[in-house]
Amino acid sequence: MTELRETEAATAAKVAAIELRGVVKSFQSHGETVTAVRGVDLTIAEGEFFSLLGPSGCGKTTTMRMIAGFDEPTEGQIILHGGDVVGVPPNRRDVNMVFQSYALFPHMSVFENVAFGLRRKNTPKDEVTRRVGEMLEIVDLAGREKRRPRELSGGQQQRVALARALVNRPRALLLDEPLGALDLKLRQAMQVELKRIQREVGITFVYVTHDQGEALTMSDRIAVMNEGVIEQLGPPRQVYERPATAFVAGFIGTSNVLSGTVARADGDTAVIEPGPGERILIPGAAAEAGGTVELTVRPEKIAIGLHPPDGEACALRGTVTEVVYLGTFTNYTVRTSTGAEVVVFVQNASSADDVAASGDTVWLSWEPRHSYAIGA
Amino acid sequence: MTTMTQAGPAVRARRGRHGWGDRLLYAYTWLIIVWLCLPIAVMIAFGFNNAKGRLNLTWQGFTFTWYGKLFAVPDLTTALVNSLTIAVLAALGATVLGTLIGLALGRFRFRGQGALNLVQFAAISAPETVMGASLLSFFVQLGVGRGYLTILVSHIMFSLSFVAVTVRARVLTLDPFVEEAAQDLGASGWTTFRLVTLPMIFPAVLAGGLLAFALSIDDFIITSFNSGSTLTFPLWIWGAQKNGLPPQVNVMGTLIFLAGVLLAVGNAVLARRRR
Repeated sequence: MTELRETEAATAAKVAAIELRGVVKSFQSHGETVTAVRGVDLTIAEGEFFSLLGPSGCGKTTTMRMIAGFDEPTEGQIILHGGDVVGVPPNRRDVNMVFQSYALFPHMSVFENVAFGLRRKNTPKDEVTRRVGEMLEIVDLAGREKRRPRELSGGQQQRVALARALVNRPRALLLDEPLGALDLKLRQAMQVELKRIQREVGITFVYVTHDQGEALTMSDRIAVMNEGVIEQLGPPRQVYERPATAFVAGFIGTSNVLSGTVARADGDTAVIEPGPGERILIPGAAAEAGGTVELTVRPEKIAIGLHPPDGEACALRGTVTEVVYLGTFTNYTVRTSTGAEVVVFVQNASSADDVAASGDTVWLSWEPRHSYAIGA
Repeated sequence: MTTMTQAGPAVRARRGRHGWGDRLLYAYTWLIIVWLCLPIAVMIAFGFNNAKGRLNLTWQGFTFTWYGKLFAVPDLTTALVNSLTIAVLAALGATVLGTLIGLALGRFRFRGQGALNLVQFAAISAPETVMGASLLSFFVQLGVGRGYLTILVSHIMFSLSFVAVTVRARVLTLDPFVEEAAQDLGASGWTTFRLVTLPMIFPAVLAGGLLAFALSIDDFIITSFNSGSTLTFPLWIWGAQKNGLPPQVNVMGTLIFLAGVLLAVGNAVLARRRR
């Protein structure tokens, strides 16, 4: 008996909050078929903070609207907690959405806005009052129940929108660029706040954003989307450190993309030798001698010096073309012997003078484990 | 040359000195107000005229008689009741239909939308004589007897576009995601309309309805084509003025005018309080 119950519990825990299988969405626009989402598969676990990250027009918002039920997929399945919801209208899906424009009801007070969802479910009056009160406490808006949305600041409106969705205790909360309209300082404060609220309520968050910093800060996992497909899916560190494609490398943070002809392969390490004393080692590249390989190196992993590095480090010679002092960092642009431009961030740890000046000939070096071959 | 930021204080300073230009503008404004009010004042005054005989054109002393004998001319009373009931019903009909059309035009993209927009503006800008005549031939073709019902139908028809245009303009300013948010929170289509859409467009619906009422109650041209033997307030006055108008016409005009003023003042007070 006990054993059986445990197995059931284990199975229940394994049911994903949200699952997309082969989801395709095409629109008819001026007689032409536009495909916004081209075959998306993903599984979002219960309680996860999951981000859909990508430039505008990459299909991330369409994907979210299909989960909410405002758009229906052309092909594929959308499974919420084990049940296929394709064809189920948004008012009967157990997910709630926070809109980019907040979409608060302008003619209702803060209290009425937040109580809207509970009232639709015929929740008893006392319970409505209690739960709305608790939720306004969580989002730090207690005492503003009687205000109209337009009497609140942007950040406060944002929190009303959040409370209005969360008070229903949805199985998942969908957030469509919810911080997009806030200024930088408020946005950073709200990122921390959102993360705290998510931990507090323990609800699955699906977060749509084009801001890579936001996605890296808050997410448990990130799906990077481009032109309707997921280019890479993984935890923030993996997506940042090991970009799977040139697009991901370019979209997230600053990245140097280099390419070259493989001179030889040492086991699974490909070696490029662009010039005398220069070498780039790429572990796990699986490339043969004579083939071309593309790789990325993050600017903060590269050291800059006036002499060639010792030992087995990657080394490239170049000329400094630009030096930009940024406070914590100094940003160097170096033109290598092969003509590629490499960006290097050097932390200003000491108050000593800059390592190099514009026009200097320098050596760039980094550890081989920081070179990543990107997908063919 | 003052810059934009200096314009504010500069204007205020000039206003403080009461230059000639300001005084002229002040006088001109009041001249216009008096000019517009004069005919109304004459109408109100002659409602208190102690007129003897059939003509109410010269001042013969002050009296409240006509207010007491307001309904002493049976045909006039019938005409007024006709006008008021037609105006209320036409406003209701035009508001319901016009609101639905306005919502559709503002919210959705559909086949025939351009044509509908065009026909709507054509209905607003078409000369009333043309519309009246074409409605008449339409009713004759159908074999419908002219009377109360044909007046009502034609009034709904010509005021509907005004409501639709007003509502559409309002719908276009609304965030379409607000309705999606209501659905997302569990509201069905009808609940969303009742609790979210309608309250948001209500100012435009009300304005459109009042406009339809105002257009209906004083319409003469289209009504005269389609009235048959039914008389409305404007039609009765037109028919009676050859023989001299009884002062009751002035009294009714005064009361209708007062009702309008009260509505306008009430609206202004409400708008101020909402702010």
